[in-house]
Amino acid sequence: MDKEEVIVVENLYKSFDENSILRGINLTLHKGENLGIVGKSGIGKSVLIKSIVRLIEPDAGIINVLGTNILECDSNELNEVRKKVGYLFQGGALYDSMSVRENLLFPIRRTQFKDKQHDTEELIEQSLSSVGLLDAIDKMPSELSGGMKKRIALARTLILKPEIILYDEPTTGLDAVTSGEISELILKIREEYNTAAIIITHDMKCAKIATDSIKIMDEGIFMVEGTYDELSHSEEKEIRDFFI
Amino acid sequence: MAKINVSVIRQGIRGRLKVKEETRKFYNGIFIDLGELVLFTGKVFQQMFQSPFEFREFTKHGFLLGNKSLPLVAVTGFIMGLVLTMQMHPVLADFGAQTLLPGVVAISMVRELGPVITGLICAGKISSGIGAEIAAMTVTEQIDAMEVSGTRPLSFVVASRITAATLVVPILVIFADAFSLFGSFLAVNIFEDTSLTLFFNRSFSMMGFVDLFPSILKTVFFGFFIGLIGSYKGYTAGRGTESVGLAANSAVVEASLTIFVIDLVFVLITSIL
Repeated sequence: MDKEEVIVVENLYKSFDENSILRGINLTLHKGENLGIVGKSGIGKSVLIKSIVRLIEPDAGIINVLGTNILECDSNELNEVRKKVGYLFQGGALYDSMSVRENLLFPIRRTQFKDKQHDTEELIEQSLSSVGLLDAIDKMPSELSGGMKKRIALARTLILKPEIILYDEPTTGLDAVTSGEISELILKIREEYNTAAIIITHDMKCAKIATDSIKIMDEGIFMVEGTYDELSHSEEKEIRDFFI
Repeated sequence: MAKINVSVIRQGIRGRLKVKEETRKFYNGIFIDLGELVLFTGKVFQQMFQSPFEFREFTKHGFLLGNKSLPLVAVTGFIMGLVLTMQMHPVLADFGAQTLLPGVVAISMVRELGPVITGLICAGKISSGIGAEIAAMTVTEQIDAMEVSGTRPLSFVVASRITAATLVVPILVIFADAFSLFGSFLAVNIFEDTSLTLFFNRSFSMMGFVDLFPSILKTVFFGFFIGLIGSYKGYTAGRGTESVGLAANSAVVEASLTIFVIDLVFVLITSIL
């Protein structure tokens, strides 16, 4: 039986002034699937996942997230969908005036999130334990390293128990060891939280560890899709070059 | 016969057309900006009254904005009162009307100078501060992170700052007026011996409700627009770090201009009434 589709994108177009970025993107993400998107810098990978949560308004197309056409829903409906979609930003985007605990408490308090099995404090500790940083609970973001910031940002994403996580270059700017740890963490989170994920990355080690399949994006469309092994051994040099 | 240099004429025409195009873009930009500000205000009001109301955030910003601006406003008010009195004393003395000095200074400070000067100081300090702070949050994607988790940042980040500024600016103006009267009292005492009671009796004898109410009311609008413009500029800042400076700068310029426009509108309305 086919797995449930959690994100369906059809014929998505987006231009900035004269510059056409997305030129008819089609994408389907299934429940429990980790989909990698690779491609050169500036070709619109981040624009695509920002469009999926409507941080950017596309020019045309259909975006269906968890059964809701998010381009046609009002702000309240959009907020409801967004609560089920986690987003890990490149720089972590931790709220720098708040401690780690407050960063994690913030989405719970603002969305009035309720979990029948755990109270707020337990949820915070559970999320921090998932990323292995329970000790950092009272630290400020300025006291954390780049890798720690990304882990805490991931914990903040997990606290609302999302069904989908969008990772925007989760290992960029990190050393090889920390990159490997984050990649393993992405897999661990899928096991623990049963999430589907889109992972945008330039890090082929991360793509190899954390993704089930990879789409290569070029000139505003996906040129090819396959597993890491299929694509890295492709007969076309143009495709193999991405995996060097 | 002299030859006509066609390329020079073409260049001249192109230059003029370019200037026209830039002028058109500039004026279009103003109206687009104004339209976006109206939409932004609508969204802020929409989210302002949705629970949970951020009372802690509101009091934090109210305290910070007021506390940081009070010394500057107090010193400026004191100096304004002192200087105004020293400059007006010889003029009034020529007509033997020195006794009117406290009342004249009080009216000019309470009706016009106190609110406008305090408003301009707050535009420089509060609006730029809010603009820079929110722009930094925009640049580091903190605002996007709030948006994407459904936490309604307009209510948490913007509404709390605007309501705080709306409340704080009138209070600062009252402080500025009080300090200016105190400065004026000291200046009057340079020329003659006057008791504090007599000075304030003379000050308030010339002032009525019509002087006080519109001036306080307009400072509420000053505060609202100082907060709104700072927040709008920060929220719509670009992506680079230079956007932080640009947001702060344009917040000061536009908030200052708005203060003069509001002042003009209130003067016109009160003069009609």
